[in-house]
Amino acid sequence: MISAPFRNWLLSDTPDSRFQARMGRFYLGWLTFAKNPLALLGLIILVLLIVMAIFAPWISPHNPLSGELEDRLLPPSGKFFLGTDENGRDIFSRIVFGARTTLYIIGLVAVTAAPIGLLIGTTAGYVGGWVETALMRITDAFLAFPKLILALAFAAALGPGLENAVLAIAITSWPPYARIARAETLTVRNSDYLAAARMTGAGPFRILFGHIMPMCVPSLIVRVSLDMAGIILIAAGLGFLGLGVAPPQPEWGSMVAEGRSQILEQWWVCTYPGIAICIVSLGFNLIGDGLRDVLDPRGK
Amino acid sequence: MLIKSRRLRGLLNSLGSVAVTLFGLLLVTFVISRMLPADPVLAIVGDHATDEYVERVREQLGLNKPILVQFWIYLTNVVQGDLGQSIRTSQPIAQELLTVFPATLELATLGTLIGVVFGIPLGVLAAVRKDTLIDHIVRFFGLVGYSVPIFWLGLMGLLVFYAKLDWLPGPGRLDFGYEDMVTPVTGLMTVDTLIAGDMDLFKNALGHLILPASLLGYYSLAYISRMTRSLMLGQLSQEYILTARVKGVSESRIIWKHAMGNVLVPLITVIALSYGNLLEGSVLTEAVFAWRGLGLYITDAIFGQDMPAVMGGTIVVGAVFIVINMLTDVAYRLLDPRAQ
Amino acid sequence: MNMLLKAGVAGLALVMASGFAADAKTPKDTLVMAWVFDDIISLDPAEIYEFSSSEYMANTYDRLIVQDLDNPGAVKMQAAESWSASDDGKVITFKIRPGIKFASGNEMTAEDAEFSIERYVILDKNPAFILNQFGLKKETVKDMVRVKDASTLEVELDAPYAPSFFLNCLSFTSAVVDKKEVMSHEANGDLGYDWLRTNYAGSGPFVLKGWKPNESLVMEANESYWGGAPKIKRVLAKNVLESATQQLLLQKGDVDMARNLTNDQLTAIAGDKNITVAATPKATLWYMGLNTTNPNLAKPEVRQAMKYLVDYDGLAKTSFKSIGIKHQTFLPEGQLGADNETPFTLNVEKAKELLAQAGLPDGFNITMDTTNKTETRLLSASIQNTMAKAGINVIIKLADNKTTLTKYRASQHDIYIGQWGSDYQDPHSNAEGYLMAPLAKRNVWQLPENETAVLAARDEKDNTKRAAMYMDLQKKALETSPYIIMFQQIETAAILNNVKGFVIGPTFDLNLYANVTKE
Repeated sequence: MISAPFRNWLLSDTPDSRFQARMGRFYLGWLTFAKNPLALLGLIILVLLIVMAIFAPWISPHNPLSGELEDRLLPPSGKFFLGTDENGRDIFSRIVFGARTTLYIIGLVAVTAAPIGLLIGTTAGYVGGWVETALMRITDAFLAFPKLILALAFAAALGPGLENAVLAIAITSWPPYARIARAETLTVRNSDYLAAARMTGAGPFRILFGHIMPMCVPSLIVRVSLDMAGIILIAAGLGFLGLGVAPPQPEWGSMVAEGRSQILEQWWVCTYPGIAICIVSLGFNLIGDGLRDVLDPRGK
Repeated sequence: MLIKSRRLRGLLNSLGSVAVTLFGLLLVTFVISRMLPADPVLAIVGDHATDEYVERVREQLGLNKPILVQFWIYLTNVVQGDLGQSIRTSQPIAQELLTVFPATLELATLGTLIGVVFGIPLGVLAAVRKDTLIDHIVRFFGLVGYSVPIFWLGLMGLLVFYAKLDWLPGPGRLDFGYEDMVTPVTGLMTVDTLIAGDMDLFKNALGHLILPASLLGYYSLAYISRMTRSLMLGQLSQEYILTARVKGVSESRIIWKHAMGNVLVPLITVIALSYGNLLEGSVLTEAVFAWRGLGLYITDAIFGQDMPAVMGGTIVVGAVFIVINMLTDVAYRLLDPRAQ
Repeated sequence: MNMLLKAGVAGLALVMASGFAADAKTPKDTLVMAWVFDDIISLDPAEIYEFSSSEYMANTYDRLIVQDLDNPGAVKMQAAESWSASDDGKVITFKIRPGIKFASGNEMTAEDAEFSIERYVILDKNPAFILNQFGLKKETVKDMVRVKDASTLEVELDAPYAPSFFLNCLSFTSAVVDKKEVMSHEANGDLGYDWLRTNYAGSGPFVLKGWKPNESLVMEANESYWGGAPKIKRVLAKNVLESATQQLLLQKGDVDMARNLTNDQLTAIAGDKNITVAATPKATLWYMGLNTTNPNLAKPEVRQAMKYLVDYDGLAKTSFKSIGIKHQTFLPEGQLGADNETPFTLNVEKAKELLAQAGLPDGFNITMDTTNKTETRLLSASIQNTMAKAGINVIIKLADNKTTLTKYRASQHDIYIGQWGSDYQDPHSNAEGYLMAPLAKRNVWQLPENETAVLAARDEKDNTKRAAMYMDLQKKALETSPYIIMFQQIETAAILNNVKGFVIGPTFDLNLYANVTKE
């Protein structure tokens, strides 16, 4: 796969630079990851999902947003690969375009929830005192809620819609990130390295944003990727309860809900989108499982 | 003496933090309830209300007072156990929650039971046969449990086992015509039918429980088996296990007696956490199975714009969560010698 | 642990083998129905106004007069035996039927009727406005409603109205409650309201046995009903929100009747030999309300163009096949003066022409507030599709029913899509609703000339002339109004074949259980 010199460079016992050391560690991690066939399967699923989302207009044979009334509720056939729904729309095309919605939601949640958690956690850890107590109590209060119910309450208050669903999920997902960030901050708060930075005259903001936060990023990224499957399921659950994306945009959870009233006769309407959710969230779980093996050798 | 007082202080500390967390919970629910896009009064008053009537209702609901005053009133009421009146039904919410809570409890308890009964042996099996096909299958089976949307699995279960095969009864807690014939004593349908002494109804109630509880059980199994595996692996690589093996202690004794003994305490935490998670998982399950429990109560309230009921339900779930966490914490302190 | 596992499996197998189903799926003497009645907020007739609670009232209370099932648009006597009007038309006299007994055993007298009508007005809940129209106000009602003797009740009106109008209105708001019983539960001068909202004090064919909000409603036969005891002993209604669940329960025989099946489900069960579907057109219309404060919707040409951008026929043939009749005027069929003309069809060319006239040849963006209800979802998806053909980009805003309705009531919408049912079976109900208030108010289309014309039609005593006046109003509304009326609702009930005699009436209250039999 990779050339021998490059391999040696990666696995060198005496790396010349921090970059080389980091890449070396990364490579070793990858080797462990790649040994796990299930994890690789997860990776393949993720890649397929991304490909499907990017090339959706070329992959889907029909318009996902509108259909003809005479094509309502047709069973799977050569023309409609997975059948049609109550509005005569092609289910396969809607699933393909639904990949975009899914990626969009998890992407947005990741870039909103993680920074919130990072900011709160590092601030609490670095500043300490009553600020820390207050921030961590708020975090605990949010953690005390079951995620789905809190997201549900928020989504209901905000009203349905893609952005609101994302916001509702983000509001419920940040507390664990804040905890991790705080823990990491505590371990480095009194380090010589930060003391040195302070000596050179760096203000608290500079230290927080320039030194502490970047240190917390890697562990946060790992944690966020482990949460992806959960986010997908919550988003689908919101969609199922009618608090997801506004129609006619395809979203897998709401597609299941739309097919629910025809489940006895037109089973395909709610079956296939459900399978799509399963596969994708399984993919993320497999990746997460592989990652955990890499990071936590004990549980291997 | 010293140990005792330290333990007491720890308990008081955690009680204090529970109180603060509960306050935060109330604050968050209150804020959510005031974020509504539409005027809650207009939702209540009907099509022909005069402006004067609208104002009168606003006053009755206390919505014309300053927001902090509203929060204070709400807080003092909740502390006294008054969660307010439901907008949809005009019944006291605390009383309504009391009638729906046992249904969820029944479901979550059986679910956890299924999770424990199947999850722990599977987890142990996977740990013992690490990296074999069995291990992979168990792990994969568990991951699938994590990945399946529970509402969809519920629909499929109803389609297959109720509609097509006719093996299990359908939605609801009893066959429909009979549901009101059981006098609620405990609120747990299986127990109440037993108290009534009606074996047919008991079987019926149990049948209705099986499908939703198995779904929740699968979810719980996925979590428990995975944690059991990981905890067991931690123990099996320890020195004392090796020593025992060398001494010729039988393998099953090593696993079930020695390793399991040490894993039991953290496992209790795992089981408690999974129990809490099931309360949450029940929201979607109850929606699919028309199971009149806490989850369905909350979703119905959300769609009926019944914010006091949503707040009441959320607070109860949150409080149960906190209490479970606290109890596990206490149990952990009491049971684990090292924690002392 | 292994032991536990084995015991669990063994126990499970044992129970599975013996089966879970109760012997008979539903009890023989009980009508079990799956129904959505989460709209019930009160069981007090003076507050009852929603669809489901009205049905409850129709089966458990006697009203002075009710709509005549066999003669649409006319009333028939129930608790009253006869009525007469004074020469000047301002005083209406009712004779109470002798021998009616309340559930408490008390005999019904004119005093109960007087008390009941006064209660509507004094409690001032939702239905009070219907009586307010006749000058029966809080301050005056005690003087205007009078007991002449034990069996005679007099109601004085502030002006002479068309008798048909007064009787149609009273047919909804004249449920007679047991004065002694209700007043024995009075607290703080509430006329027993706090008690009656969850209890019962009537004389109808069924008596209330239990109500768990959003869960179940149980009624039992009144064996000594003056009109003859009902044939079924008990009616048990369960609130089942999901139509798919309703269908499952019905096909499995777990319920006798499913009240809220969707069009596609009705089509699906059409082949089931064990099930019959009862269907009756109701006085309820599916329509869109266009808010005229939106600069685009303020233009009459735009509103007309949009009326040509709905696939009425396509929908009538597919997703509204068994639940709606194409209908475009504001009076539903069955009401006096209803015009069944349907001038609009899907005509994209014509719509484009009209849009060009309005200066919007390329269309525009507009939002539509809609709910997750199957029918609204189907309608809005199709409308979004057809409107796009003329460049009108409809952005759907989905919310729960209450939120959407609340926004509509506060006129915060562009387009609202939903249902409107007549409050009482008189053309004035809809004429007022669509042309004066509340719908005209919500869509900001209150015109003085409309108000004059509506009131004139209301007070016309010659029924032929009155009908002609309403025909005229409907024609005008078709040409200018901000309403795109699409379908008249057909109410359905899917019923197992061994259950017979369920009646779905034309008004929203008259769905009657008294003649139901079960083999």
